[in-house]
Amino acid sequence: MDHQPAPTKPSRVYYFGTCLVDLFFPDAGMAGIDLLQSQGLTVVFPQGQSCCGQPAYNSGYRAEALKVARAQLDLFPGEDPIVVPSGSCAGMMRKHWPDLFRGEPDEAKAVQVAARVWELTQFLVHVLDVHLTDRGEPLRVTWHASCHAQREMGVVEEPKALLRQLANVELVELKREKECCGFGGTFAVRHPEISAAMVGDKLADIEGTEAARVVSGDCGCLLNITGALEAGGKPVRGQHIAQFLKERIHGA
Amino acid sequence: MAHEPTDFAAASRAALADPQLRGNFRRAMDGLTGKRAAQFPDPAEWHGVRALAASVRLRALAKLPELLEKLEENCTRNGITVHWAATTDEANAIALDILHRVDARLVVKGKSMVTEEMHLNAVLEKNGIEVLESDLGEYIVQLDGTMPSHIIMPAIHLNTKQIAHLFKRRIKDAESREDAAYLTDLARRVLRAKFEAADVGMSGVNAAVAETGTLCLIENEGNGRMCTTVPPVHIAFMGLEKVVEKLEDVPPVISLLPRSATGQPITTYVNMISGPRKAGEKDGPREVHLVILDNGRSSIYADPELRDTLRCIRCGACMNHCPVYTQVGGHAYEAPYPGPIGKILVPQIEGLDKRGALPHACTMCNACVEICPVKIPIVEIMGRLRVEAVKPGGAVKDAGAKASRTEAMVWSGWAAMNASPTAYRIATAAMGKLGNAAPSSLPLLKDWTSVRSKPRFAARTLHDLARAKGIPDA
Repeated sequence: MDHQPAPTKPSRVYYFGTCLVDLFFPDAGMAGIDLLQSQGLTVVFPQGQSCCGQPAYNSGYRAEALKVARAQLDLFPGEDPIVVPSGSCAGMMRKHWPDLFRGEPDEAKAVQVAARVWELTQFLVHVLDVHLTDRGEPLRVTWHASCHAQREMGVVEEPKALLRQLANVELVELKREKECCGFGGTFAVRHPEISAAMVGDKLADIEGTEAARVVSGDCGCLLNITGALEAGGKPVRGQHIAQFLKERIHGA
Repeated sequence: MAHEPTDFAAASRAALADPQLRGNFRRAMDGLTGKRAAQFPDPAEWHGVRALAASVRLRALAKLPELLEKLEENCTRNGITVHWAATTDEANAIALDILHRVDARLVVKGKSMVTEEMHLNAVLEKNGIEVLESDLGEYIVQLDGTMPSHIIMPAIHLNTKQIAHLFKRRIKDAESREDAAYLTDLARRVLRAKFEAADVGMSGVNAAVAETGTLCLIENEGNGRMCTTVPPVHIAFMGLEKVVEKLEDVPPVISLLPRSATGQPITTYVNMISGPRKAGEKDGPREVHLVILDNGRSSIYADPELRDTLRCIRCGACMNHCPVYTQVGGHAYEAPYPGPIGKILVPQIEGLDKRGALPHACTMCNACVEICPVKIPIVEIMGRLRVEAVKPGGAVKDAGAKASRTEAMVWSGWAAMNASPTAYRIATAAMGKLGNAAPSSLPLLKDWTSVRSKPRFAARTLHDLARAKGIPDA
């Protein structure tokens, strides 16, 4: 991707938690903050934040998306990086905000904010160059790559590199790692049968690895995958990578 | 198809209920994506050839009106008669005129998606003209009375066993043998006789070279060469976007197309057609016609964002990599162009009233964008069409056809909630307290919980946890 490598490790970062994390996975959100703090950073969580605007943007309601994105713009003054525990929301901000604000009076500000957005694992690897010490029990896991993390943020190897740093964790990759899990935002309810078929294939792939846990960096995918695992009575657990890493380094 | 589904949702449900069909697609697409990947082991080479092919297409589109005039001029000079068709009806009428003039009874066809777009076979049959598809896959779907399910591999939805049963049923003296070599040989014998007897051969065009008036046609079976050289009259059909400027623009296209499509380094046949038989030549048709079809393409061309749709070289790689197409197959789209390219092209040609559902049959995973050899921003165009579908007065045919007052109100409410920190705090607190009591029978939740457990709202939001932990707000 076209991220400029951060010249020096910053002392302060903003955290954009995302609405799905806020509502459904707040512990994963806190774990992301913890990981950043454990690297000596001051983490700022602007309480005025809500959503990046992606749901409306992808549904054809650009004015509504703009209104919501605009409400986030003033929460991140200055130059500090903005870290997001989601490849999809980070992709919306980094890649689509410049398009969304094109021709608007606050376009320059949106472009400035967008250029400072990092997906969490990307930030941990490329900017903080973290070295993790595993304090957990031996465990086999697999990695689910979100489509937008891979294809909008260019995050492919970073999360797997972090998982491989963990001495007691065995990472078994999926056969079809690049294939969508079938979430797709409103797609899951507009085309529930197709979405179900897609997540069915994803579950089969996950089970094929015989991993105890499927780790991902995006809560949309996790809602879909863990929901299907649960409904299907499968023993595999799903977890956000922030929470997983936090547990491993603290030995929880 | 056993019945005629009326929309994508219904047609895809029917496809999902067919385990044989799903198995056929899953296996075929897994194989094709693997074969394609093997063709591009070096990312630097891939980025290079892709940039080159994209630039060829972009340059052609940038000069499209000029190149089309030049193409007509040079084709005419080469003895090819050029016809312009604004609509599919006009294109069919042009074809019929030629066929009637030469009193054609039998037509053999090479693969042409534009003629699928025209429903030409049905028109010819209605006019008492026998038409035979000679591409093996097209021949199979014609025998089966269905449509191609893929633009490159029309019969990819069928396996050898199903094809053996079909041949046994439809071809005289066919043995019941599930053997690809036998079945191919059987089809070849049927086709060979027809090539010799045909009055007219028809084909598509992969690229038409403006500066030389050459029609380039690539294929694997030699049927394209037979159709374009054996019968006394050859009619080629192309969408107006298929023009390229120079002869040297052809290699990047015909190199990337098969590598992307079927994972072949090159097709078995590359035909460069530059006119009818000349005096003293021993073979070739007496007449060559080129029918250039618009059918909505000039409207697509007029919009700078939508114009990228016309870059397409019809390799079908986007289908092979589409997780939705992989599940439901090509027939569910009920269109000549299925999969990602179909989801953006067909609504623009046929209008959002009829086809407004297609741009939503997509998770926006971007797998197609990642492998498109000419870098079409398929998902961006998909997003644009979603806007056009609910917004009257746009550039696309039937813009606003899917506008819904209820949906607009929901999004307006959603925006009001998410644009005000106070409203957001109140709403998320309410969801945390009451959301989990929502019954699974609620409309959208019912769809979600068909195969998933109900999403559980956390008791405290991240906002609450961060505040409680003293995480600074600014």
